[in-house]
Amino acid sequence: MTPRDEPGTGTTTRRIGTAGRRGVPLPLLLPGVLALAFLLLPLLALLVRAPWRSLPHQLTSTEVWQALQLSLVSATAATAVSLVLGVPLAWLLARTDFRGRALVRALVTLPLVLPPVVGGVALLLALGRNGVVGKWLDSWFGITLPFTTTAVVLAEAFVAMPFLVISVEGTLRAADPRFEEAATTLGASRFTAFRRVTLPLIAPGVAAGAVLAWARALGEFGATITFAGNFPGRTQTMPLAVYLALQNDPEAAISLSLVLLAVSIAVLAGLRDRWLTGV
Amino acid sequence: MTPSVRRTRRMLRVAGAGATALLALSACSSSPASSKDASAGSASGSAKPSGTVTVFAAASLQESFTALGKEFERQHPGTRISFGFGGSDTLAASITGGAPADVFAAASPRTMATVTDAEDVAGTPVTFVRNQLEIATLPGNPHKVASLKDLTKPGLKVVLCDRTVPCGAAARKALDAGHLRLTPVSYEQDVKSALTKVELKEADAAVVYRTDVRAAGDKVEGVEFPESAEAVNDYPIALLKNARNAETAKAFIALVRSAEGQKVLGAAGFLRP
Amino acid sequence: MTDAPAPGEPDRQGLDARLVVERHGFRLDVALTAAPGDVVALLGPNGAGKTTALRVLAGLEPLAEGHLRLDGAPLERVPPESRPVGVVFQDYLLFPHLSALDNVAFGPRCQGMTRAEARARAAVWLERMGLADHAAARPRRLSGGQAQRVALARALATRPRLLLLDEPLAALDARTRLEVRAQLRRHLAEFEAVAVLVTHDPLDAMVLADRLVVVEHGRVVQEGAPAEIARRPRTDYIARLVGLNLYRGEAEGHTVRLDGGPSITTTEELSGPVFVAFPPAAVTLFRDRPTGASARNLWRCEVAGVETHGDQIRADLTGELPLAADLTTVAAAELGLHPGAPVWATVKATQTHAYPA
Repeated sequence: MTPRDEPGTGTTTRRIGTAGRRGVPLPLLLPGVLALAFLLLPLLALLVRAPWRSLPHQLTSTEVWQALQLSLVSATAATAVSLVLGVPLAWLLARTDFRGRALVRALVTLPLVLPPVVGGVALLLALGRNGVVGKWLDSWFGITLPFTTTAVVLAEAFVAMPFLVISVEGTLRAADPRFEEAATTLGASRFTAFRRVTLPLIAPGVAAGAVLAWARALGEFGATITFAGNFPGRTQTMPLAVYLALQNDPEAAISLSLVLLAVSIAVLAGLRDRWLTGV
Repeated sequence: MTPSVRRTRRMLRVAGAGATALLALSACSSSPASSKDASAGSASGSAKPSGTVTVFAAASLQESFTALGKEFERQHPGTRISFGFGGSDTLAASITGGAPADVFAAASPRTMATVTDAEDVAGTPVTFVRNQLEIATLPGNPHKVASLKDLTKPGLKVVLCDRTVPCGAAARKALDAGHLRLTPVSYEQDVKSALTKVELKEADAAVVYRTDVRAAGDKVEGVEFPESAEAVNDYPIALLKNARNAETAKAFIALVRSAEGQKVLGAAGFLRP
Repeated sequence: MTDAPAPGEPDRQGLDARLVVERHGFRLDVALTAAPGDVVALLGPNGAGKTTALRVLAGLEPLAEGHLRLDGAPLERVPPESRPVGVVFQDYLLFPHLSALDNVAFGPRCQGMTRAEARARAAVWLERMGLADHAAARPRRLSGGQAQRVALARALATRPRLLLLDEPLAALDARTRLEVRAQLRRHLAEFEAVAVLVTHDPLDAMVLADRLVVVEHGRVVQEGAPAEIARRPRTDYIARLVGLNLYRGEAEGHTVRLDGGPSITTTEELSGPVFVAFPPAAVTLFRDRPTGASARNLWRCEVAGVETHGDQIRADLTGELPLAADLTTVAAAELGLHPGAPVWATVKATQTHAYPA
């Protein structure tokens, strides 16, 4: 507010502001602050106990960069897969009425509750060399997925896509379906209406879902190591490198975690500024 | 472990910084577990065993120790053996963290060392069994794997344990002994994961422990190889300092080391010390 | 219009529809016909089924029964995107992420024009609507009146053979409304195909439409030219809309015996069932029974409620004959009108209007 503003208006605004601050109830403030502390404390502990002196050496290691690069590439690819397949699924769940939709929605969220390692085993059973589908991939096309970077992407997409689908479906439900109707009366097919009207309208929700999925994919460990195995440069993502370092060198693990943490904070903060303001 | 990580650790030690490992998993020490005067094993028999004994044991011991626990309870009515099975590193961390246990049976001297370093052991640990590497192949051994060298054949999908876990370190030692270079498709995070890949037929072979091959039954086929002699893994057992039922605990350790105990362990694929 | 060829004739130009929709125990059954150039208003209270009728015409809801033909072509099974129908929605539904120009160009684009062609056509429409300066504006930066015109341009840019307008002025404030109503009237007059608008506002309907179709409870209760309907309402709803007291009764010469009530003397000489209507301004109120008795239509009533109505006072009366009466503020004060007060009401026979039911 500028000093030139009408004095009356200024006072009112200020009074409302003060009332708003005074109005934060303790039963909300206290647990809220506690929650924040609870979430930040472990990260703080990582920072406090980090072997800062050896950090430069960590950062110059090719294997760390290899793992970091693989993590970023595969998380981004997994997010892309989630977008291409997940947004249409979210649309089906939000905009069409079919028998058993409630069940399908529940099934979609299953990877959220499934322990990721089990998810990895399930992926092996489905897409492994000897899997239900993978058997045919192997004998018809000579494609075997386990132990490949593709497997990393698939494992990450498997656990990350539900986040995107749930997020986008919620946004779609909140969006006014009559915009699609308006587009239809203008001669747009249902797909054109989705592409040219609905998708731009729900873009913030899609972006938020994509970021959530990306973050989940970046931190993915259990499904990845189970389905894709662990080989530096090919399937060893940062979380795998961190876990294995933890086996006999916690300090190295902390250093690796810090690198992952820093990169993801940088990426998320960058995205938030560019895309997600006002979400 | 990546070379850089090793370098880091050395650096740290040189710098004298970060001496306290956050998770008490430090592997820096190498206190020998070879002493023969193992006080842990000598059951004095001065008191009649009774009450509950808590045993923390490496996951690979689960089946044989469970059987031995039942046998012990049968021989000494009124006693109860309660087990905590898990990765040796994890168990060692809980013991040094104050978990209430009477006996610790580890899968490697290195993990036992973290407990002895923390001065949580009463007396000296003693090796009660040894475990040897074996190649696990698909049932029927379709790729005709007969030696460690056969694993280096192109096109064969082999999984090894990661160097940071005992079975990986042992496999590396064996490969070095045979002057072999092997590029696996994956370095698995533990021996069970490596074995699972073969059980699910995703990998053609894995280098795992004899006991694991034995436990997998007919889902895999074991192939012994001479280089495994270079990488035999000792299993130490020890009475813990904070044991609340030391006498009964000693009696259980005695059973493990007895001929009867060795028979059960031997059936699971373990070797005598 | 009414003398047009019978429905069902295949090459008939314009709209020929009988819309039947059944939903949750509500049944809409409305017949609509209109020639090119006609503007038809569907007038009715909320919940009468007007908007449903519009949605059926647009193809957004299926027809349960009946038929729908536009310029002779059956549209019952044609999906909405393939119908030559343009819709102006009640709150316009302009796409918030597109400029005014791209909103208008959306339809032509969907019809297969290139982006440049579509934009050129959209620019022409915005120009025609006097919005050339606002082509680049996003909808949220447009005023209500401007948004309404963009919505109209967007609907017209697809060159529809049937233009549908759902409460086209409802979202506007009173002042804008006056202006936009006049503009809309001009644009509708220029429109060469059929326009159907839905409204609950009689003024909008009377000003914008050539013909009114009054819908109540899913049925057409009256239709005709606005002046005709204003003069001869046939339901209480319409009478209220056009501001008339309306009664139904049995005529015998100059006397109409109302159903279950008193009689009204009229100037018309009729027989059989009739409606009698007179404006509230034709009613004169007295505190005491007037002695002159020049008015034969004299009833004893009681004031049920009083409210200001423009610069007048409108009194709602119950009693022998329930009616509405308009009087000046001064007169109301002199009469001491308050709820419960007894009054005498008279209406001159010359100010009543009777017509066959």
